[in-house]
Amino acid sequence: MSIAKTFLGLLEGGPSHGYDLKRAYDERFGHDRPLAYGQVYATLSRLLKNGLVELDGVEAGDGPERKRYAITEAGVADVDVWLGQPEAPQPYLQSTLYAKVVLALLTGRPAQDVLDVQRAEHLGLMRELTQRKRGGDLADQLVCDHALFHLEADLRWLELAAARLDALAKEVAA
Amino acid sequence: MSAPLLRAEGLHKAFGSTAALHDASFAIDAGEVVAVMGPSGSGKSTLLHCLAGIAVPDQGRVLYGDVDLGAASDAKRSALRRTDFGFVFQFGQLVPELTAVENVALPLRLNGVARRPAEATATEWLDRLEVGDVARKTPGNISGGQGQRVAVARALATRPRVLFADEPTGALDSLNGERVMELLTEAARETSAAVVLVTHEARVAAYSDREVVVRDGRTRSPELTR
Ligand SMILES: Nc1ncnc2c1ncn2[C@@H]1O[C@H](COP(=O)(O)OP(=O)(O)OP(=O)(O)O)[C@@H](O)[C@H]1O
Ligand SMILES: [Mg+2]
Repeated sequence: MSIAKTFLGLLEGGPSHGYDLKRAYDERFGHDRPLAYGQVYATLSRLLKNGLVELDGVEAGDGPERKRYAITEAGVADVDVWLGQPEAPQPYLQSTLYAKVVLALLTGRPAQDVLDVQRAEHLGLMRELTQRKRGGDLADQLVCDHALFHLEADLRWLELAAARLDALAKEVAA
Repeated sequence: MSAPLLRAEGLHKAFGSTAALHDASFAIDAGEVVAVMGPSGSGKSTLLHCLAGIAVPDQGRVLYGDVDLGAASDAKRSALRRTDFGFVFQFGQLVPELTAVENVALPLRLNGVARRPAEATATEWLDRLEVGDVARKTPGNISGGQGQRVAVARALATRPRVLFADEPTGALDSLNGERVMELLTEAARETSAAVVLVTHEARVAAYSDREVVVRDGRTRSPELTR
């Protein structure tokens, strides 16, 4: 899962220090595996170099923790592209899909769109696997079944998430 | 490019204050298998009913070849359903008093085929769907999975141009559902029938050539979202 994209998504909510980004990331996406500080600052300096974030202020003192980062227009566009394009379907994509849906929600983008592009991509692979299974021997069939059930589980989770978000959006609007 | 076998544009259908379809469209070619997906209550079955001439949309057109289903008489529509369309639903579609072979022969008989040839054809289809052994049993005495295969045999026996299937594997376990989908799509391809396959299961939809997603009564095709 892309730490850089996740940081960008989090920064859409407003400028932030590296430390706070790390905390937000660990809380929402860390799954008991917190980011190392080295990763945090390496990611931020790469984003800075690529013009996707900019310095929003440096407080007195020195050290990386004094810098506050803000997302740039190019950064927002980058998040758009990321959320808009499907992940290459493969079993065990959950954490990336999860990050995409949560970030779509946090940044006010339609989660349904994430679902729609991903469904198309998943189904494409599922069709291939189904074809392969039809022509294959028992071992092929078992391997394909395993992949098919995992891909289906991803999609079902996405569908449920999108339905929940819909219900939530209706509640908010009401 | 030739015109699609069946197409619908701008379909609206309301039940009281519930808008079941809201500007839905659809097209399918001969020999194509199209999955109709979407959440419960999104309008999938209503779309299928409109496409099959079972329901008439409040607005919009359904064209089967050059026949406008909305403009056709009730008699013309039910004749088309008998001769050109086949149907498979999730439950309870076999006539309980008739044996499996009589059930499959029934639509042929209604189309004017004599009993012997109708039952001979029915027997072939039952064998093809791997349920030849229950031909003489009534629906109450066979399993749900066998019953579903009999229903598929019945839908295909008239060699329909369009097969409408609404959750055809909804009540089956994975292995049976898969086998039914294999047999159904194989037979449809062989006879160049178009299949409109309503399902919310991705593994079932994976037997289609493409999918159309219905949400809140609107249709979306993936190529439009990209
Ligand atoms: N005969 C009817 N009378 C009243 N409302 C109806 C009727 N048929 C459908 N509806 C309503 O229209 C909407 C669409 O229903 P439809 O059966 O087409 O959904 P669906 O996508 O097939 O759902 P499911 O996956 O649960 O089968 C729903 O809100 C449903 O309650
Ligand atoms: Mg339905």
